[in-house]
Amino acid sequence: MTASAPALLDVRNLSVAVDTDEGVASILDGVNFQLAPGSIHGVVGESGCGKSTLIKAILGLLPARSRATEGSVALNGKPLFGLEQASTAHSVRGRQIGFIPQDPFLALNPVFRVGDQLLEAMWWHGAGSDDTNREKPRAQRRRAYSERIVELLRAVQLPDPELALARYPHQFSGGQRQRLLIAAALACAPQVVLADEPTTALDVTTQLQILKLLRQLTRERGVSMMFVTHDFGVVAQLCDTVTVMYAGQTVETGPVATVMEQPSHPYTRMLLACHPERSVELKGIPGAVPSPLRPPAGCRFNPRCPEVIPDCESGRPKLLPASAGRHVACFRCHAEAVP
Amino acid sequence: MGRLLLRRLLLALPALLGLLVLTFILLRVVPSDPSTALAGENATPEQIEAIRKAYGFDQPLWRQFVVYIGQVATGDLGNSIFTEQPVIRDIARRLPATIELVLMALIFATCVGIPLGVLAAVHHNSAFDHAVRVITVGGLAIAPFWFAIILQLIFSMDLNWLPLRGRLPVQVQPPEFITGLYMPDSLLSGRLDLFLQSAHHMILPAFTLSLGSLASITRFTRAGVLETLQKDFVSYERAAGYPDRRIIWVYVLRNSVVATVTQIGLLFGALIAGAVAIETIFDWPGIGSYAVQAILTSDYKAILAVTLVVGVIYALVNLVVDIVHALLDPRVAEEN
Amino acid sequence: MLIIRKFLRDVPAMMGFAIICTVIGIAVFGSMLVPHPHLVFESDLLRRFEPPSAEFWFGTDNLGRDIFSRVLVGTQGALTVALTVVAVAIAIGVPLGIYAGYTTGWLSELVMRVTDMFLAVPQIILALAIAQLAGRGLGSAMTALALTYWPFFCRTVYAETRRLRHSVFIEALEGLGASRTRILFAHVLPNVASPIIVRATVGMGFTILTTALLGFLGVGATAPSPDWGLAIAESREYLPDMWWAATFPGLAILFTVLGFNLFGDGLRDLIDPKLRRSRS
Repeated sequence: MTASAPALLDVRNLSVAVDTDEGVASILDGVNFQLAPGSIHGVVGESGCGKSTLIKAILGLLPARSRATEGSVALNGKPLFGLEQASTAHSVRGRQIGFIPQDPFLALNPVFRVGDQLLEAMWWHGAGSDDTNREKPRAQRRRAYSERIVELLRAVQLPDPELALARYPHQFSGGQRQRLLIAAALACAPQVVLADEPTTALDVTTQLQILKLLRQLTRERGVSMMFVTHDFGVVAQLCDTVTVMYAGQTVETGPVATVMEQPSHPYTRMLLACHPERSVELKGIPGAVPSPLRPPAGCRFNPRCPEVIPDCESGRPKLLPASAGRHVACFRCHAEAVP
Repeated sequence: MGRLLLRRLLLALPALLGLLVLTFILLRVVPSDPSTALAGENATPEQIEAIRKAYGFDQPLWRQFVVYIGQVATGDLGNSIFTEQPVIRDIARRLPATIELVLMALIFATCVGIPLGVLAAVHHNSAFDHAVRVITVGGLAIAPFWFAIILQLIFSMDLNWLPLRGRLPVQVQPPEFITGLYMPDSLLSGRLDLFLQSAHHMILPAFTLSLGSLASITRFTRAGVLETLQKDFVSYERAAGYPDRRIIWVYVLRNSVVATVTQIGLLFGALIAGAVAIETIFDWPGIGSYAVQAILTSDYKAILAVTLVVGVIYALVNLVVDIVHALLDPRVAEEN
Repeated sequence: MLIIRKFLRDVPAMMGFAIICTVIGIAVFGSMLVPHPHLVFESDLLRRFEPPSAEFWFGTDNLGRDIFSRVLVGTQGALTVALTVVAVAIAIGVPLGIYAGYTTGWLSELVMRVTDMFLAVPQIILALAIAQLAGRGLGSAMTALALTYWPFFCRTVYAETRRLRHSVFIEALEGLGASRTRILFAHVLPNVASPIIVRATVGMGFTILTTALLGFLGVGATAPSPDWGLAIAESREYLPDMWWAATFPGLAILFTVLGFNLFGDGLRDLIDPKLRRSRS
């Protein structure tokens, strides 16, 4: 892979399996992507393609009975696996990797004041490497961090940031809560923010504002972001690079503009065709995402693919470089590229 | 909050009045004439008739009730037939003993039950969880009065470690009356020796009394924590890098405890009921043993008064529970 | 079927079931199983205060009666009282609860206010008073317990019916013009049945405990009944020497109540989906 700068977050060949009553299910199968410093990388795919598992795997929070079977995740060149061990995880989650959850209505603890919740991670992790407040006595430290929270809340454009600290989550609207959570993700000045469909639960106008805010804040603060979504429209608005996932596998990855203008993998093309703004004739994709318990042999997309060639049903396509800085995992594309 | 309190108080009043009517009727509908009981076993019909007149039992029931309510409203609950003292004074003297006993049992049950429940939920389906389950199911199945006797057999009679009965040794003067609760009173008056003695006397009764509540609190907490652990905010808190211990013991616990607290009102009823048996066994001079004595001697003014007082306490406890609930969960306070 | 299979796998609940079956067996056939039938009620002063032995498994009491035999015979009384009390409480509480939950108006209001009054003091205090005034004996203890236990059922059923009352399917039935009796008996009752069953099972255990307490305090069964609570009370005078006389009747209570509680717990897990999840 031809990454110009060394990747900040480097996911290589990551596979995750979960033990179920009916056998072992392969949730992620050889996922690859690189997040360059200061950029926003979109991960796009249908529900059930393993996007959320990917985030959990990076954070070392795979649920019970799931495990990473293969591959590696590295942050700044240091492998993150072993994150299951509390001590390592402690220095990564919150401190180096911020997280923005999907549903702002459910993610905040209903019986604690917002200020206390925003303070929590900072209290344990400090506010970045140049944070001088960590050695201060408790009261001073608390005051310093509270000021930082107010500053962050102002940055996410929450009205009355000083008053917000003493309020409870149910006193905020959905959009406001998402702003609170963005502030929380940035609180410890992490290098990377993982966002798990942070706009899905919001109405369209709020979505737009939040996306603008995210773009602005990451640029200003030099934070890189991995943004998971099922919506190509959001990717177009926000991201620099994108990875398309299908049934736990990376099918295509590359700069947003190229992938969206000239999608090479059939799945990417069909997914883009589902989007009302991009396609004159609105299409769906026939069939459904296969069960991870019994994934189809060969390329996992082959049962739904209109352009199957015999190779697709026998071997698994590798993610290989294609035109214009892209990588594609498709036998047909490989065959066309190398005549 | 103020409005919530007022509304609860107003709601409690008719229930208490109803309780009085109910007890009054129950005591009379039952085919037994209090005058017969009052007169004793060898009374002549004339004596019974005289008592009936003297106590107003010959009046229609409703008039008797009106008279009684009038007395209650002026704070006069009548005289006990057994102790020949004003019932209100008997109760006032005995109430602190029961309150101290019940409070100690509740504190013990809470301090042990909540951590047990949390640990059982965090390590659920482990050997520890199963052990906790055995203890809680057993704790609810054991007859407290029997268990008290067995513990007396072992710790008081056989090993001689713990006193058999009472709040203090017979020859010892109780501490100066401040709250009426011996343990805080002896501390407040600087009598560490008395504190230790009364604590020593408290161990067995409070422990046996607490068993049922301990089991309930453990179960509620375990179920509550298990439910809370499924919530999205817990996975968010993990992902956001809160330390695991803080998540469990602060963020999850506070959410689960809300449900447990609302159950303490119910537990209080169970504790008062338990106190009836435990006080009898340990000769504990509280209103539980007073109630048994009143009932066994058909001391009907005392029975009515105990019922009323227990009803009032019950209503107050539920009020406190509502307040605590509102304090723990900001959403409750706003709904009201 | 899946649910039944799941229940069969629930080891504690099955243990409870086995205990209940054993206890019912003892209650029915107890008098035939008794090793010393003549020493159930008759005293034998030559055999007083004998500790547990091969001949007298649980020892003998102060009158030389065989405690094991008396515990076996006492099972029937305990179960009969519990069963009657729970049955009567259901018979009073369930119809009242359904009525008050389904209708509105002064009568339903009255029912619930009366229920609240009963629930405003611990059951044991009212039960003690009634039992005492009705004259001592197992019969009045039974009456007292039944009269004070129905409000618990009434509350449960009321809450459940209220919830159903506003559910879509009952409203749909009303819209279709189903008669009220039909709705109540064919649709509401089956839906409130599961909480009733759970409460009744746990209530059996609870009532056995309360009956024993009444017997212990002297307002329940009277001598020479082999009532468990009474036996514990009678033994107190001879403690600590005659420890077995207090221990074994209490263990019988523990065993029986444990059976009902374990079984009831299993039922609750099965029926209440919220709690069911918490167990898996």
